[in-house]
Amino acid sequence: MAKFTLPINSIVKKGTTFNADDAETKANRKLRVDVYRYNPDTNSNPYVDTYILDKDKFGPMALDVLMYIKNNVDPTLTFRRSCREGICGSCSMNINGTNTLACILNISDEDKLKIYPLPHMPVIKDLVPDLSNFYKQYESIKPWLINDKKPEREHHQSQEDRSKLDGLFECVLCACCSTSCPSYWWNSDKYLGPASLLHAYRWIIDSRDDAKKERLSNLEDKFKLFRCHTIMNCTKTCPKSLNPAKAISHIKKMLATDK
Amino acid sequence: MESYKIKKHKHDAIVIGAGGSGLRATMGLAQSKHSVACISKVFPTRSHTVAAQGGISGALGNMGEDDWRWHMYDTVKGSDWLGDQDSIEYMCKNAVESIIELEHFGVPFSRTEEGKIYQRPFGGMTTEYGKGIAQRTCAAADRTGHAILHTLYTQSLKNDVDFFIEYFVIDLVYDDGKCVGVLAWCLDDGSIHLFQSHLVILATGGYGRAYLSSTSAHTCTGDGNGMILRSGLPLQDMEFIQFHPTGIYGAGCLITEGARGEGGYLTNSDGERFMPKYAPNAKDLASRDVVSRAMQIEINEGRGVGEDKDHVLLHLEHLDDEIIQSKLPGIAETAKIFSGVDATKEPIPVIPTVHYNMGGTPTNFNTEVLANGSGQVVEGLMAIGEAACVSVHGANRLGSNSLLDLIVFGRSAAERACEILDKKTKNHVSINEAALDKILSRFDKIRNSNGGIRTAELRDKMQRAMQRYAPVYRDKSTLEKGIEIMKDNFRDFNNLSVSDKSLIWNTDLVESLELNNLLYQSLATLYSAYNRTESRGSHAREDYPDRDDKEWLKHTMVWVDQDGNSKFDYKPVELRTLTDEVETVALKARTY
Ligand SMILES: Cc1cc2nc3c(=O)[nH]c(=O)nc-3n(C[C@H](O)[C@H](O)[C@H](O)COP(=O)(O)OP(=O)(O)OC[C@H]3O[C@@H](n4cnc5c(N)ncnc54)[C@H](O)[C@@H]3O)c2cc1C
Ligand code: SF4
Ligand code: SF4
Ligand code: FES
Repeated sequence: MAKFTLPINSIVKKGTTFNADDAETKANRKLRVDVYRYNPDTNSNPYVDTYILDKDKFGPMALDVLMYIKNNVDPTLTFRRSCREGICGSCSMNINGTNTLACILNISDEDKLKIYPLPHMPVIKDLVPDLSNFYKQYESIKPWLINDKKPEREHHQSQEDRSKLDGLFECVLCACCSTSCPSYWWNSDKYLGPASLLHAYRWIIDSRDDAKKERLSNLEDKFKLFRCHTIMNCTKTCPKSLNPAKAISHIKKMLATDK
Repeated sequence: MESYKIKKHKHDAIVIGAGGSGLRATMGLAQSKHSVACISKVFPTRSHTVAAQGGISGALGNMGEDDWRWHMYDTVKGSDWLGDQDSIEYMCKNAVESIIELEHFGVPFSRTEEGKIYQRPFGGMTTEYGKGIAQRTCAAADRTGHAILHTLYTQSLKNDVDFFIEYFVIDLVYDDGKCVGVLAWCLDDGSIHLFQSHLVILATGGYGRAYLSSTSAHTCTGDGNGMILRSGLPLQDMEFIQFHPTGIYGAGCLITEGARGEGGYLTNSDGERFMPKYAPNAKDLASRDVVSRAMQIEINEGRGVGEDKDHVLLHLEHLDDEIIQSKLPGIAETAKIFSGVDATKEPIPVIPTVHYNMGGTPTNFNTEVLANGSGQVVEGLMAIGEAACVSVHGANRLGSNSLLDLIVFGRSAAERACEILDKKTKNHVSINEAALDKILSRFDKIRNSNGGIRTAELRDKMQRAMQRYAPVYRDKSTLEKGIEIMKDNFRDFNNLSVSDKSLIWNTDLVESLELNNLLYQSLATLYSAYNRTESRGSHAREDYPDRDDKEWLKHTMVWVDQDGNSKFDYKPVELRTLTDEVETVALKARTY
């Protein structure tokens, strides 16, 4: 995927180096971690702190590294996390140039980590980006079932129709895909981005939904959908192995064939 | 003390928590004429409900005959008769309607060949009062919690709910014994907010993180229960903590019971399938407390596997790849990531792991919070979900009954709240400044702590103590030791050191406030476990191995004051059912 690019108007300075290994650290167990820091309370530029750690002291995931730093070296280090098993979508960030979920990224074989917030998002503090625009876009595609019928029991849905939702409903709204997409970086005010479009498709092809037409016509817009130039970063980066690019191409095809 | 500016909000009702229970209640209120706000420390879809895997129970009968009375029987038996039968009747009877409603909201349930909601077997779920194995647990593959939580969130969006997201609620605000709102801290900009309301609904989830190894998320710190104890109110049945048989050895991540529901089984170091020894009928699908104890005995008697002989194996490799792909894709992924095992080829190393809190904030079946054992209601306060003890799970929860509890009581809390609000005047009381000052000075004191022990250090001590002194099997001396250590930890909180002094996204401070809540609850658990001199459900006392219905067919109510001292009261178990549609499930010995 594309290289991480600096947020506009900000020069990232060098910060402090913390040596948290000791004489016992075996050479091949040393880990150098560069972490992006930004403190909203001072007017100063963001900076990168460096931590030299001993991999024998924590678990195998990138989140274990961050938690080790927070618990033992620097309690002010700030990041989101909750489930620690890749299902809540809190811990999305950019690690060694790729957007991913820190809690399911195994770093046992690495000797260097560069940890940055999701690219091109306003940063609130350290690794915590402001995702409000991302959430608003998600809301704008009406991600709920539109169907006025109230059968006494469940709606009927065949196994085949249900299987069309696989690979879509599992999205954890981590924003890794959207924030890896160059079209989204430059037009995030108007282009919906891969995550929201994946969800749009999830509802379009739900056999229980009655609003396929409206959903499609709402997307027929120069910006909302057609800013996708099939660059595929989204699919490459999705930590849940979903394929937003494919969902987008399905929508485009449906619009082209008008059904 | 630094003066904090307080922003004020007024709503008819506020819901604290945006997990399954909180969102279901919020939605119900949003559809009424009353104003409601939902406050959550994490974005709604990041709440812990998202991690629920196996499913939600309800006698839909899609895959064989079923009856809510059988479900009720199983739940009472599962609870080892500590569950209140009025609440259990209410839950089981309302299950079908509540689940159908979820499907109408758009939950992507897996399907049967006829296109109905797919249902799988789960531990302790039987037909005809224990005779057969029921297929009662409605599933969306092994991502049911995710499917339900995301759907409820989007339904809330549809209903234009007022969300306050990434706001941390510090404490409840009272006026003359009535709960009249909460004080919260907005992480985004560091501001302090007073939310005034006629009703506060606590939906803050469980406190799994009191232990070192737990299937719960880092955010499961039971903040609501901490607030209850600080308000001088009691918690109920805190000695009952569920150990799930199949947490991944080492990582603690969950492998759903649905894996055994689909045909998985456990073996020891002799390769022996040991569950039939302990539960000849239900075998690997006995209740969780039964399976966890059996595993612990195998390990204690030297038949554990691995270098330290300290865990056992869960086999799925004999199942069709197709079943694993379609019904258990998430756990195949989790097994791969966290134990490097290909579940279609090799067994998964597992160990009993802290999973669920049966105890919590006491409520009646209307979800109103109780002030003591005689059932007196605290005005203005309700509680639902894992935070609450209503009590449908009694001494041991059946798998897939929690998601049901969230939905059924989330829904009824909204209905009950509307009834109460219909009778209220629209005027809010004027808040007593001294009450706010007290909450803020505690907040400020913790923020400016400059003592000798870091939050992470103290948390680690607490978690290790709980792991060691309140495990599957307990006895007097370990619990006594645990209480002694935990009291020290509780006192040590006054000697905390918080490095981050800022207000914007200060997670050092968030973790410290959470730690204080955990310390209160850890003490409550240890005291209650020490106090209950019998074995029932998940509470297994080696020195009192039998259930003692004469002395202990009652709920524990425990208070913990600000010095860490306890006080007890008791509440009789409700054996009467709610209506005459079903008879009381009579007491008997519990075997599977
Ligand atoms: C791994 C796992 C799998 C499970 N699988 C199943 C299953 O298959 N079937 C089943 O029935 N049950 C299952 N359970 C149990 C069930 O998922 C939980 O009991 C249930 O989800 C709890 O929901 P809740 O609404 O009570 O709280 P949660 O979902 O935990 O939500 C708590 C909410 O409160 C908010 N909150 C907490 N404190 C504060 C505060 N101080 N300020 C502001 N907001 C706050 C949080 O932000 C969050 O929104 C599982 C549990 C685990 C751990
Ligand atoms: S395929 Fe489309 S959405 Fe995905 S990264 Fe490329 S432009 Fe963005
Ligand atoms: S599609 Fe994948 S990367 Fe994008 S938000 Fe969903 S889970 Fe994250
Ligand atoms: S902590 Fe939940 S996805 Fe990483």
